[in-house]
Amino acid sequence: MKSLEELAKIRERMAGKVALREGENSVRIVVGMATCGIAAGARPVLNTLVDEVVKQGVSDKATVSQTGCIGICQYEPVVEVFEPGKEKVTYVKMTPDKAKRVVAEHIKGGNPVVEYTIGNTKI
Amino acid sequence: MKELSLNILDIVQNSLTAGAANVEIALEETAETLRITVADDGCGMTPDVARSVTDPFYTTRKTRGVGLGIPFFKLAAEQTGGTLDLKSTSEKDDPVNHGTVISALFYKTSIDFTPLGDIISTLGTLIQGLGESTDIVFTHTLPHGEVSLSTAEIRAVLGEVPLSTPEVLVFIKDDLASQYAEASSCT
Repeated sequence: MKSLEELAKIRERMAGKVALREGENSVRIVVGMATCGIAAGARPVLNTLVDEVVKQGVSDKATVSQTGCIGICQYEPVVEVFEPGKEKVTYVKMTPDKAKRVVAEHIKGGNPVVEYTIGNTKI
Repeated sequence: MKELSLNILDIVQNSLTAGAANVEIALEETAETLRITVADDGCGMTPDVARSVTDPFYTTRKTRGVGLGIPFFKLAAEQTGGTLDLKSTSEKDDPVNHGTVISALFYKTSIDFTPLGDIISTLGTLIQGLGESTDIVFTHTLPHGEVSLSTAEIRAVLGEVPLSTPEVLVFIKDDLASQYAEASSCT
């Protein structure tokens, strides 16, 4: 493994920064990562969401996590967005490009991308 | 699945669901073969369950009546002329030494060999969702070198900074990429 010194530097930089806890104010972005999700292409969707949350500056209010089979396998990759006080939004047939738009318009902008939701998707 | 690295992602999820504290992912590669072994110390399976998991119509989930992860892995190995072995000891049968070892042998020379694909992305995805209570040890022995990663080692340096911190994930992926570059060069 290459030098662990670089890791130590990351620790120094991050120490003292309060890590986002899944508290009352955080938006939870949950990606289905069971066999169905993985086969349908969830891995790049997750990786894009993680990168975009940082790039678009919303990492202090949103967390990205993985879950098992949601039960709508034919709609995978599925991304659910939970925000306290609001109805859950279920995005289906997700791709890395769609994920970028969801972070920009929904997570950052507050407006769900309705055309990507389960109610608006025919398969 | 299009890449074996996706099957690996899928199989390791089983170990996490089983509550494993330690998961070892070992890839042993020669010019002609690839062996993928995932070993965990999770709750394990009783002999009946262990026999059933290669059946696509066996699953523990309530949402559907199929469980395809292990059957897909078995298919991928056997279509190259390879094999799948699974050994498991349930926590009920042995409260101290329990867990599962699943090992698949692939013949790279077969036209039906699925490429390994982006294993770095798989490891990044696993580590992103790992949480505090599980550690992974990854090793890939290649003809001219070895690539390895230990989350326990990384945690020791990071202290309270979580593994899922984006900068840490970038470090891990870059480190793996440079290890692979070194191991692939025939020096």
